[in-house]
Amino acid sequence: MSLADKDRIFTNVYGYQPWNLAAAQARGDWDNTKDLIARGRDAIIQEMKDSGLRGRGGAGFPTGMKWSFMPKQAPVDAAGNPKPSFLVINADESEPGSCKDREIIRHDPHKLIEGALVAGFAMGARAAYIYIRGEYIREAETLFAAVQEAYDAGLLGKNAAGSGYDYDVFVHRGAGAYICGEETAMIESLEGKKGQPRLKPPFPAGAGLYGCPTTVNNVESIAVAPTILRRGAAWFSSFGNENNRGTKLFQISGHVNKPCVVEEAMSIPFSELIEKHCGGIRGGRDNLLAVIPGGSSVPLVPAAQIWDAPMDFDGLKAVGSGLGTAAVIVMDKSTDIVRAISRLSYFYKHESCGQCTPCREGTGWMWRVMERLRTGEAAVEEIDMLQQVTKQVEGHTICALGDAAAWPIQGLIRHFRPEIERRIEERNGGFAVAAE
Amino acid sequence: MADRYLEPDSPELRARWGNFAWTQKWADKAKAAIARYPEGRQRSAVMALLDYAQRQVGEETNTQGWLPIPVIEFVARELDMPVVRVLEVATFYFMYNLVPVGRFHVQVCGTTPCMLRGSDDIMTACEKRGMHVGHTTDDGLWTLTEVECMGNCASAPMVQINDDNYEDLTPERLDAVLDALARGETPQPGTQEPGRHTVEPAGALSTLSAMVDENHDYRGEW
Repeated sequence: MSLADKDRIFTNVYGYQPWNLAAAQARGDWDNTKDLIARGRDAIIQEMKDSGLRGRGGAGFPTGMKWSFMPKQAPVDAAGNPKPSFLVINADESEPGSCKDREIIRHDPHKLIEGALVAGFAMGARAAYIYIRGEYIREAETLFAAVQEAYDAGLLGKNAAGSGYDYDVFVHRGAGAYICGEETAMIESLEGKKGQPRLKPPFPAGAGLYGCPTTVNNVESIAVAPTILRRGAAWFSSFGNENNRGTKLFQISGHVNKPCVVEEAMSIPFSELIEKHCGGIRGGRDNLLAVIPGGSSVPLVPAAQIWDAPMDFDGLKAVGSGLGTAAVIVMDKSTDIVRAISRLSYFYKHESCGQCTPCREGTGWMWRVMERLRTGEAAVEEIDMLQQVTKQVEGHTICALGDAAAWPIQGLIRHFRPEIERRIEERNGGFAVAAE
Repeated sequence: MADRYLEPDSPELRARWGNFAWTQKWADKAKAAIARYPEGRQRSAVMALLDYAQRQVGEETNTQGWLPIPVIEFVARELDMPVVRVLEVATFYFMYNLVPVGRFHVQVCGTTPCMLRGSDDIMTACEKRGMHVGHTTDDGLWTLTEVECMGNCASAPMVQINDDNYEDLTPERLDAVLDALARGETPQPGTQEPGRHTVEPAGALSTLSAMVDENHDYRGEW
């Protein structure tokens, strides 16, 4: 039983229709938002909790619970004045394979802006900052224009949407740094600094942007909120398996016949996702080599294990990987699998912020060893050494970029060690023959 | 970390850019950017102002623009920030060009999802036209950079040229885009696949077909 069009949240995801306010309202956005807000903070948060929505940015933390961490009573600064709270919306979509927030922003921005108001109200925020990655230049233009439309229509600003609540939404453009997708790096960047992650605690809900209580949420988590409130938690939680509820934008790239972005029910089996929406694997099912099911940061899964796996947090964890952002990178048997992972190692080397030594030095080192493994110019023992070094980077850095750099390599060694050894043998064997 | 270096400070550079100041258009935008942040938090606008400065330099030099040291100092004065704090930001974020670039900055995405769809061929096609990574061609038209994932993975491979993305490329389609730019035309950005609209499955929609011809309201079916 697959998801029906009427149960899709992002009906304009392909941009066949205009993104503007009038068109969005005709599709059901900003429909009596005042009523949603009139339910009150606690009721909204409870509904979100009941819906089972888990954060769509990769970590899968329950969204409603995250909102509930915001202080009910505003903390005061040294002078005794109450501090404002902020909602920061993470549109710094830079995870290789991920391309969903872009479609929301350029084709359905009002879902995000309405969500920003409702979510901001539920957590008592004074304003939202939408941090959009710098490379999304045209998308940011759309977002700026959509926010302006909302202001002009009285949906934002003083007495937003007639709710009696004063609320602002600002757009902040990044400038090309993957690490700013990490929540505390994003806050640093918003404050006009290098995007280097902060130590936690204090957590952003206690001291975030400008030292004020802050919640950072992914674009998709915020954009689905108004629809969940309108249709009810029971509707949303009727999709997907226990603990993995709802609908989700999947982004399928790589060696499928028709790469695409599509909204589907959580827990859809990999095979169904590929066959139904992507025209199957290039060259047929037997040509599938491996899949990275959740963006570059999660380990790859070999063909045999992924085929029937449910595409959700727990289902992919069971095969040693993760849902991440649901960015599904498909690789067929023509893929140089060592190079595919080595290219990701290069990505992490490029994007390391340089703050923690294990990551700054480790990502470059791991990439250089990966490049030698790619050509076979290495000793077999170096595979174990690389594995060991990934373990020394993992968990020894302030943020998860070190982990994210380590996991794809660990996944490669776990599943494709014979291939790496073959290359080393082939090259060394070749030399032995040449020497004779 | 990304390898970055600054254009050296020199008397010539100072002579050319020492008097940099906003034109009216960018002054207005800078003012609006600063207004987006609470009072006293104007340094939050540093990323926006560096972008505007780069764009104004671009307009003055007919290139994508870059950030000479005196311009970075100007931004620091505008925001009452120490120069080194602005310099830190300018060197940290990859989209700020620290050395001069050409009229068109061809940024080929080479990360795995694009690589799987043939970004090597796109890179080769650029090199065939005389471009080299990290260099500007002698005619000042093209600067070639390999960039990391640009978030167009479902329409890979892609390049971003200045402000526009060109997706679903083949070497031939890329040549057509670059030829058009060289002629001074504005090629259609987005997917270059005939018949494809954006990121739907090419050829046959698997979902939401009612949206193609009308702004369908699904609420009646809830």
